Amino acid sequence: MAERAPTVELKGITKTFPGVVANDDVNLAVFPAEIHAVVGENGAGKSTLMKILYGMLRPDGGTIRVDGRVVRFRSPKDAIAAGIGMVHQHFMLAANFTVLENVVLGSEPARAGALDFVGARARIRELSETHGAPLDPDRVTEDLAVGERQRVEIVKVLYRGARILILDEPTSVLVPQEVEELFRNLRELKGHGVTIIFISHKLDEVLEIADSITVVRDGHAVATVKPEDVTARQLAELMVGSELPTPETRESTVTEEVVLSVRGLGVRVEGRRVLEEANFDIHRGEIVGIAGVEGNGQRQLVEALMGLRKPDEGIIELAGVDVTLWPTRARREGGLGYIPEDRQGRGLLLPSPLWENTMLGHQTIDPFSRGPWVNRGGAHRRTEELIREYNVMTPGPDTSALALSGGNQQKLIVGREMIAEPKVLIAAQPTRGIDVGAQAAVWEQIRRARAAGLALLLISADLEELIGLSDTLYVIFRGRLVAKVDPATVTPEELGSYMTGAREAASA
Amino acid sequence: MSKRFRIRLLWLLVPVSAVVLAFGVSSLVLIAIGENPISAFRSMFRYGSQQNSLVSTVNRAVPLYVAGLAVAIGFKMNLFNIGVEGQYRLAALLSAAAGAAVVLPAPLHVAFIMLVAMAVGAGWAGIAGVLKVKRGVHEVVSTIMLNSIATGVTAYLLANYLRKPRVGSELLLATHPIPASGQLPPLAVIGGEELRSFVLIAVALGVLVYVLIWRTRFGYDLRASGINPDAARASGADPNRMILTTMLISGAIAGLIGMGDLFGFFHAYTLDFPVGLGFDGIAVALVGLNHPVGIAIAAMVFSWVDRAAQILDLEGVPKEVIIITKGVIILSVVIAYEVVRRLVQAQEVKNAAEETRRLEEREEAVAA
Repeated sequence: MAERAPTVELKGITKTFPGVVANDDVNLAVFPAEIHAVVGENGAGKSTLMKILYGMLRPDGGTIRVDGRVVRFRSPKDAIAAGIGMVHQHFMLAANFTVLENVVLGSEPARAGALDFVGARARIRELSETHGAPLDPDRVTEDLAVGERQRVEIVKVLYRGARILILDEPTSVLVPQEVEELFRNLRELKGHGVTIIFISHKLDEVLEIADSITVVRDGHAVATVKPEDVTARQLAELMVGSELPTPETRESTVTEEVVLSVRGLGVRVEGRRVLEEANFDIHRGEIVGIAGVEGNGQRQLVEALMGLRKPDEGIIELAGVDVTLWPTRARREGGLGYIPEDRQGRGLLLPSPLWENTMLGHQTIDPFSRGPWVNRGGAHRRTEELIREYNVMTPGPDTSALALSGGNQQKLIVGREMIAEPKVLIAAQPTRGIDVGAQAAVWEQIRRARAAGLALLLISADLEELIGLSDTLYVIFRGRLVAKVDPATVTPEELGSYMTGAREAASA
Repeated sequence: MSKRFRIRLLWLLVPVSAVVLAFGVSSLVLIAIGENPISAFRSMFRYGSQQNSLVSTVNRAVPLYVAGLAVAIGFKMNLFNIGVEGQYRLAALLSAAAGAAVVLPAPLHVAFIMLVAMAVGAGWAGIAGVLKVKRGVHEVVSTIMLNSIATGVTAYLLANYLRKPRVGSELLLATHPIPASGQLPPLAVIGGEELRSFVLIAVALGVLVYVLIWRTRFGYDLRASGINPDAARASGADPNRMILTTMLISGAIAGLIGMGDLFGFFHAYTLDFPVGLGFDGIAVALVGLNHPVGIAIAAMVFSWVDRAAQILDLEGVPKEVIIITKGVIILSVVIAYEVVRRLVQAQEVKNAAEETRRLEEREEAVAA
């Protein structure tokens, strides 16, 4: 082990952004044909480090060596030439292209000026088969499952001759079964001599797949360990420097009183049924979770509930009143709160001061307005309260929302919805992309609001969060609520099989 | 303290750099055509600083200002009302005709004419609003077409229905004159030039627009819709209603553009009634950064440059040079605004990061 030379060696990498040191003297050594995990909270600096290695960012200091030679990347092109490839968290594939077209896009094989698809097709077959995951080069990308699309990304990178593969949070979009398959592929690749750098914050997965693990915290590489030497708990403590929180709720607070009732809700998009026959009730003090792979109708369900999309059939009752035809504003005034999944796209006015963001969605009620007038004083006071109670790290209510970190933006959104004491809160991915500390804070707020009688619809990709927080849990698949499970007994694997349609439930 | 001050200073860079650049580029053009820029600008300043020039500058700035307000209110929510031109011309014609057709006590008469103008402007703009909401027609396309239609309709109505009978050899096509009760006497006469009273109404209008955009719930929804339409919608602002309402308000303000000239000078709609103010309003709103105070300054600068440039003809310098000056002002404001916005944003992010770090350290210290 010791006599082997590292394939990739980062020494003293430092990178500062205005006001933030993203990487501070980071050292990292990755050996040939190993799977090296880089773990850390969001914002710890792992993405910055990988962007530097992939030539997307230039470090302020430090050196990068590939196979012992010092390299300087001016762009990803240089990194690719050095044999480094990156699979991004969000796929960069053209949906209407075939696998073949997507793979060759950007490095089109030419022979005598014409595209050489025959050669490329053979090469893709060969690449995908030797790694135990055959891909049909002629299928259209939009017909592929998420896991298959990811394989297309991987093949695309290999096609360009990469020997060092960076995978950025590859499992965040996959269900458990697909994760298993990805891991099989990665082991296969390793067997063929490919070096893999695996970025993640899911510790059990890292412990399963990695040969070595480097933990990044606050821009420092705090430790490099072997998976056999640590437990998940110890890794977590390295990551956050303190104890890892769990999303568990305590004793049930569910009451008999139904505050949100959905009957036969259906939505069609361009004639296609994307949500069908959705039936569920949420009681005071109850958290109802919806598990599902993204794109199975969750978005349309949320939009129909919020009045952002007209349902084609069905009834929505809020506290016993039929609100199916109500506009969004009336629903909000009637006690419906909303934490959108796209924090910046739907939840914030980024260039505006925090006090204007706090009143977003509450602009018609006290203390944010009086009659037709905006009440600036009231909005300021309420924002100051929110900053204190929800521990938003910011200079004050006049700061622009864009100056806040993701976690603090989310705390502001959660706080703003909670502080208005809604009857029902629709929370879509409330802890996505925020660090463990902020995540724990959000979970605590949700628990407290539940105890105070809030009815909450929780839509999340985090199965642990769903199982831990929900009183009742549904699985959505292809627009239908296909299963109702007991979160106290269900396992992530069971959920996963419902989510992929591998299992049909009768318990609903 | 100094941080906020630094940000204010940065913003001041926008107009200063624009004016400096504009005169710099114009000087180069003057040198290129063999003129002496220093003597040209000196005579412009001498002429432009005369009392009557200043009064005339204000009179000409008023319609520009109102046009700027009309455009800005749409811009605030990313709604491009290019149709201000057609809205005010149709409004001026119909309100002039209506004003000549009725007899009312003085203040009521003026108010009546303004109401008609606002209703016509709002109605014409409302067509574009309805088309956008109901049929998804982009307002830029519909308002440009409505401008052409307004030009045709105005000419047709004036020539066929609303003109007063020709007297003797008079050639000018005009509506019947509005009686004295529907006119506004000058506020003052300075250096032989009448300062029109409508300037007071324009100032009040500016205050109203400011209050509407920055102090009311409607204005909040309007700005939110401009900054992030999806977030505004999720917060309960009905996008269709916002589009329609904003278009109506923008059109109503546009209807008032011609009122200063109507009440204070023409007293009728004539073929030589000022045109093109709607398009100038777009430039003025842009340069004024959609803020009533900024628009006022921009309107004054544009109006003054126009007035002062008149002397250039007497000096033998082509006064078209001034069009270049105005163009450069517009361009450099737009560019400088973007540059400064980024600088300010970076500064804010930095301030917030520093402050946050301090807060966190304090919290850790308390915890320990």
